[in-house]
Amino acid sequence: MSDERTPTPEPGQDILAEIQAEVAHDLEEDRPPAGGPAYQVAGALVALVVGIGGAVLSYGYGLGSLRQPGPGLWPFVVSIAIALMAAALLVVGRSLTDSEKFTRSSVLPAVGLVTFIVLALLMPVIGFELPSLLLCVVWLRFLGGESWRSTIITSVVTVAAFYFLFLYGLRIPLPHLF
Amino acid sequence: MDVNAFLDGFGLVTEPQNLLYCLIGVLIGMLIGVLPGLGPAATIAILLPITYSIDPVSAIIMLAGIYYGAQYGGTITSVLLRLPGEASSVVTVFDGFALAKQGRAGTALGIAAIGSFIGATVSILGLTLVAPLIAGWALSFGDPEYAALALLGVLLVATIGNGNKLKAMLAAAFGLLLATIGRDSFSGAERFTFGSLQLTEGIDFVVVAMGLFGVGEILYNLEERHGKPHVPAAVANIWPSRKDLKQSSGAIGRGSLIGFVLGVLPGGGAVMSSLAAYATEKRIAKNPERFGRGAIEGVAAPETANNAAATSSFIPLLTLGIPANASMAMLFGALLILGISPGPQLVEERPDLFWGVINSMYIGNLILLVLSIPLVGIFVRILRVRPAILAPITALITILGVYTINNSTFDIFVMIVFGLIGYLMKKVGFEPGPMVLAFVLGSIVEDGVRRSMLIFDGDPTGFFTRPISGTILAAFVLVALWPAAKALLARRNAATVAAPAERDHADTPSR
Repeated sequence: MSDERTPTPEPGQDILAEIQAEVAHDLEEDRPPAGGPAYQVAGALVALVVGIGGAVLSYGYGLGSLRQPGPGLWPFVVSIAIALMAAALLVVGRSLTDSEKFTRSSVLPAVGLVTFIVLALLMPVIGFELPSLLLCVVWLRFLGGESWRSTIITSVVTVAAFYFLFLYGLRIPLPHLF
Repeated sequence: MDVNAFLDGFGLVTEPQNLLYCLIGVLIGMLIGVLPGLGPAATIAILLPITYSIDPVSAIIMLAGIYYGAQYGGTITSVLLRLPGEASSVVTVFDGFALAKQGRAGTALGIAAIGSFIGATVSILGLTLVAPLIAGWALSFGDPEYAALALLGVLLVATIGNGNKLKAMLAAAFGLLLATIGRDSFSGAERFTFGSLQLTEGIDFVVVAMGLFGVGEILYNLEERHGKPHVPAAVANIWPSRKDLKQSSGAIGRGSLIGFVLGVLPGGGAVMSSLAAYATEKRIAKNPERFGRGAIEGVAAPETANNAAATSSFIPLLTLGIPANASMAMLFGALLILGISPGPQLVEERPDLFWGVINSMYIGNLILLVLSIPLVGIFVRILRVRPAILAPITALITILGVYTINNSTFDIFVMIVFGLIGYLMKKVGFEPGPMVLAFVLGSIVEDGVRRSMLIFDGDPTGFFTRPISGTILAAFVLVALWPAAKALLARRNAATVAAPAERDHADTPSR
């Protein structure tokens, strides 16, 4: 949203731009602090690596000629475009303010991600019910700060609802224990 | 226009099953519009697996309902909580919340519902008349035209949205690259599969979309969720008075037109049109200082426009096969799942689907108008449901849903990886929208370019000498260079008015 955060233009000059600035300002209030140049550089570097890596690999697939394009030509062109844009971003994008700092609350999505992986690993082994119940409990109690009472009721009702919805309502064979 | 097919479409929509799916769709749409967090694109992404198990026409009717229903729902939180449920309702906050503070929240919501209905209906009428014409014209398009058009679509979505243009284009290019994973359809060579058997068939669009939009947003919301209690303003008399209606009739009329026109442009859509409609009303108002202090037109105009735009953004999808925004990209993906490739031939080959979807919107909007007014009380109560309770439910729908597509745990892992990518992209300021859209259009662009090169016998200037593809590519170049030109102009202007501009900035009250 960096474009909208430039200083408010002359009043009366462009109402649309003025409103956009105001909206951006309004939304900004609730946002966590920006990450700063390190985040921008990291983002651009990842893109640069993808671009260069993609270009090297697609060169290996064979570029062919314009008359007879090989399988590597199109990904090669796209990868080069990525690399060029990433390099440009590295130069001009350092001062952008559209990133968000990782804070202590970034632990929450990390934990959430782990529960996703655990569910995916356990589901084929012991069915979806217990891992789903576990996910609900972790999300409600530890990520959401619900009371134990509310956690247990919501988790059990949710898993039971999914059980009947998938196995009996939609008749989709999810791996299940019971 | 084929009147019989049009009427058959109505017959199809009024089948009880389709009416039910339409109702479910708009209700889900309103619900997620009310709840900040998941947007319509994410919701459609999460519910994509359902398209495998129900009738194609019903599925698309329901998913479309989610999209335009969300435009209605977003208003409610803007007015009552000063929290726009959807980006397209952001400007409604200014006057909507001011009206709510004056105890006129009901009036604001009522006018928004009426304006939305009128805007959407005008836009569907336009869609009904214009879409078959565009489709007929586009039937003559060949590979070069399609490649150019798809490329222009990707570029427009990347550049017109919010945020840094370079980053958006980078994300789009990344989407194009992702689309090349798997076996090349021309030579049979494997690309970027790294020996994985599962990747040979390429990555499933649904899995990518559910990861980037669904899981990405769920994880992001886990972090951003603040424990702020929601205390919505009280809603009394919802019916706008005759005076209010008279005062906003002009705004509704202009909003409908602005919304219809801007909605057709790829990337323009609901957000842009709500801003433009608000700006227009403020510009032509006799006393513009009323705006921001509870002008009823300030609610009527953007709400009318965003619904009109939501409707007309179906035009490029249904007639050209080019999705105009992220939600349309989801519908595009849903159609592909159903074995239907959207494009100009759709109106001829699948008139049931084409007219069924369009005509469902007449009904859907009527349902929304009828429901939105009596249901406001219920939605106000839903606002009090803590997001913490909804989060694990959406998470489970996503995981179990993606599994059911191919009964594959591999898909769950791919989705998790894309969820992580989507989350990290948001943290470093990349929008995943252009990436998903480019991913959808990736094979169209590549196949189009490669077939064109065969037609042109290896001469890329062929793209520019064909009149239609040449025009499209000229537009492409204009759009690509526009931000740079604008920045240059702005810099020149800034140099001349630097001093007053700075003073203005300091005067802006920090709220």
